[in-house]
Amino acid sequence: MLNQFIFAGFGGQGILTAGLLLANTASVHGKEVIWMPSYGSEMRGGTANCSVKIDDEMISSPFIKKIDYLIVMNKPSLDKFLPQVREGGTVILNSSIITEVPEMPKLQKIAVPAGEICEKLKNERGANICMLGALAGCCELFTREEYETGIKDYFSAKPQFHEGNMAVFEAGYQCVKGE
Amino acid sequence: MKKLMKGNNALAEAAILAGCRFFAGYPITPQTEILEYLAKHLPKRGGHFVQTESELAGINMVMGAAATGFRAMTSSAGPGFSLKQEGISYLCSMELPAVIVDVMRYGIGLGNIVLGQGDYFQAVKGGGHGGYKVPVYAPSSVQENVDYITMAFDTAEAYRTPVILLSDGAIGQMAESVELPEAKEHDPDKYDWTLKGRDAAHPTGRKMTDRIYYDFAYSEYDPHIRERYSKMEEELQMWEEIELADAEVVLVSYGISSRVCKEAVKLARKKGWKAGMIRPITLWPFPRKAFEKTNKMAKAYLSVEMNACGQMVEDVALYGRSVPVYSYPSGRVIADPEVILQKIEGIFQGTEKEVF
Repeated sequence: MLNQFIFAGFGGQGILTAGLLLANTASVHGKEVIWMPSYGSEMRGGTANCSVKIDDEMISSPFIKKIDYLIVMNKPSLDKFLPQVREGGTVILNSSIITEVPEMPKLQKIAVPAGEICEKLKNERGANICMLGALAGCCELFTREEYETGIKDYFSAKPQFHEGNMAVFEAGYQCVKGE
Repeated sequence: MKKLMKGNNALAEAAILAGCRFFAGYPITPQTEILEYLAKHLPKRGGHFVQTESELAGINMVMGAAATGFRAMTSSAGPGFSLKQEGISYLCSMELPAVIVDVMRYGIGLGNIVLGQGDYFQAVKGGGHGGYKVPVYAPSSVQENVDYITMAFDTAEAYRTPVILLSDGAIGQMAESVELPEAKEHDPDKYDWTLKGRDAAHPTGRKMTDRIYYDFAYSEYDPHIRERYSKMEEELQMWEEIELADAEVVLVSYGISSRVCKEAVKLARKKGWKAGMIRPITLWPFPRKAFEKTNKMAKAYLSVEMNACGQMVEDVALYGRSVPVYSYPSGRVIADPEVILQKIEGIFQGTEKEVF
């Protein structure tokens, strides 16, 4: 079954990497996958986003019209993509930055205080992986172990960061599963 | 084992695996990752990477490397690809193999760095002077970036011609799982026509130019050029057929646009419309043989491409003979499968207007 994800936030928050980590998880576990970054005159501090499509069969178009899972790390990104989320879809938002959250009665909403979590765990660049942990908690396309192998494989050249990455991943995961 | 890779990176890696040991070019979005990747990896694997002062220097260095028999490549996009045209014409006249990658973007002049299919005319109809023809491969996925760059080097040597790989911003930027081929070692001295140094034997001579320049072989020139291009035209055509067996409306689309057209064909079939698609893989030679089959039963062709006025549609009309041709140039945004479906329905219902 086709699953469609958009990751969006400020440039520099690791949003493109978060999408790549999910795409790599899909690739490592034999799914068909397309990752596509937005690009244009983006700059550091501006908004960035990427889309990920995962399916069991060949995916024809890399472009997304209806979003199943929206992972957003700032308010402009939430405002931009919320109308595209399908009914019954999931919005995972970084509640450390997005303080005003609109009502979304027909959607599943998951608030992740990624900033606070990463500060507490002393991994200030880990907010993107924390958001991915929350996604792992609600998107059962892969088991938790499969997500972890996907991340580990992607960062195989930097094993020294694995433990720190897994700590923020776990904290994000618990934002969903711990409740 | 398959590996997740960005289109541009996969293309660059595949070029190294195909035995490419020389790259010279200049950065420009959306193809800069090709340079970035080769700058890092090519020197480690016995090759040379040069970031030149301009695109002109890039194509001319490639010409020099090609003359010595090395597998050589350059890449660019938009205005940078324009600057390479004179060099491509010279490569054609010298009959030198080389691979030129154009990761297309959108618009005229500086245009825009977003994805697009703006360079069909330039790549296919001879962007430089003199009326040469160059094989043009159009990948539609990251895997095809890998497969066709390998093929491009082989074709370039088999026919002693430059070959263009016409990718686009979407295929360059997106990541998909790819299977990379085995590494090939290329022997630069295996052909008798290459320049091998002062003391080496040069059975075909040491001049790198066409024969009308030094030898004044005017009477041989035209027949030779005609034979050369007609052989390529006959032997190199490649295309993909989708749902063509009973298709009445045949979509024609290449590269990134063909991906959304595949979705549109599925949507149309679900609604009972007999739609199919020819996806040209070689844009030159255009897949005439595919049209010779479909011309007998198609009621219409619908050309879908990502530019303002339509470019490939002219070839569709040329090879589609008397079949009505409709055009959907989607402009600055990728075609929407739902809109393509509406056009297909409109063609069946007689509400769309043909352009040729």
